[in-house]
Amino acid sequence: MCADVRLRDRFERGLAAPICLTWELTYACNLACTHCLSSSGRRDPRELSTSEATALIDEIAAMQIFYVNIGGGEPMIRRDFFELVEHAVAQRVGVKFSTNGTRIDAAAARRLAGIDYLDIQISIDGADATTSDKIRGRGSYDAARRAMDNLRAADFGQFKISVVMTRESVEQLDAFESLAATYGAELRLTRLRPSGRGVEVWNELHPTLEQNRRLYRWLLDRPNVLTGDSFFHLSALGSPLEGLNLCGAGRVVCLIDPIGDVYACPFVIHDEFLAGNVRDAGFNAVWSESELFRSLREPGNAGACSSCGSYDACRGGCMAAKFFTGLEMSDPDPECVFGHGEAALAAKAVAIRPASSSDHSKRVPVALSTR
Amino acid sequence: MTPETQFVDVVVIDAEVEELLIEEVSIDGLCGVY
Amino acid sequence: MSVTAIDAFDATRPWALSEQVSLRDESFGALAYHHVTRRLVFLKSRELVALVRRLAEFDSAEAAVTELIETDQRERYVAALASLAHSALLDVR
Repeated sequence: MCADVRLRDRFERGLAAPICLTWELTYACNLACTHCLSSSGRRDPRELSTSEATALIDEIAAMQIFYVNIGGGEPMIRRDFFELVEHAVAQRVGVKFSTNGTRIDAAAARRLAGIDYLDIQISIDGADATTSDKIRGRGSYDAARRAMDNLRAADFGQFKISVVMTRESVEQLDAFESLAATYGAELRLTRLRPSGRGVEVWNELHPTLEQNRRLYRWLLDRPNVLTGDSFFHLSALGSPLEGLNLCGAGRVVCLIDPIGDVYACPFVIHDEFLAGNVRDAGFNAVWSESELFRSLREPGNAGACSSCGSYDACRGGCMAAKFFTGLEMSDPDPECVFGHGEAALAAKAVAIRPASSSDHSKRVPVALSTR
Repeated sequence: MTPETQFVDVVVIDAEVEELLIEEVSIDGLCGVY
Repeated sequence: MSVTAIDAFDATRPWALSEQVSLRDESFGALAYHHVTRRLVFLKSRELVALVRRLAEFDSAEAAVTELIETDQRERYVAALASLAHSALLDVR
């Protein structure tokens, strides 16, 4: 008897395999975005080899994971990028990769257009070069637009444009909608988290409460705009937004990083959320047996949020946002729409922000060379 | 006067009943994927 | 109580899980993913999963339901199949 089993409750207990797996192929990157969640820039010499990566894909297929989200760093920098992607789709493991677009020239666009079960997400952080380049570097916006043009010319089909919501980009929502419409692309807006280098810019860049309210209403009117369920902390404002409206870390999603480390999600690349390494006994062993994931799959404790009538809507918010602002897991989300997170931060004499365990940032400023 | 009734060949689903057996979730509706 | 009208589901035809769908067992049912539409559906009963997996063995959906599902549940399961067909997870063979 299945009775009133709410899907959401089941997901909170964990699944046989992740539904979506994020896999960062490399820490190498030709950009140096100020908010990079993986603090990317320099390749790690311990990166998985081509044969290790291929074996991992085989295991992913055997586990019947439907879909892999490939990212980085900039995944197209890896010499075996196409080989790995084609190996995945040949086993019907869907691939969506996230890219800055700098490597999508006409030839690459044509090759990508010929690959089945492939989705592409191009990242920008503003609706124009002035806004976007402040975060992503001079020339980066134009490079992204060229990539979009190349995909269109190659008849790739529908791709996604992905934007992180910052204090500046949140004022350009209509412009993003128009830009997506120009290409027949899907628009994806995601939450800025204080992860990786994001912690350095979070105070000045995260949207204000007023902006979050406006964003919430804008999204509510546009269920076709994708969000990766990253604004479930705003669902306490009223009707829930599209998506499961809960934290998927260790339950329905997780991250495999370039050296095979498995984290609860891409926004918590930190020892505290490290579940294991695929080099020990493969990925399935980590997914099924790690202590960290076992504890994440236990029913949650509402903590400081237990007296709030909206807990069911927001589930206390995002673990990564709390952890990297120095809050406890039992505290409210720092962007709690009722201000409880701000109050919790203010109440701390000193909010100690955990430093990144893994920093691959380049030490010198990067100038994007035009191709 | 009530308008003439039209009979249409459809299967009418009781959405609440159907919900117990099936639930669709967007592949993008999972948090922890950038 | 809301009702949803969908395209006519002809339970007298022979149906099967679409070739483009992966079905992964879970403790409480299964997850079904359509690789082309990218739609993800959760099947919340083991009986429904068994029915979907065995649909191809029968000359009609209603024969499968009659064989595999208790009498008082049949309407519900036909409705579930209709919904899956509407989402293109099932094809007529």
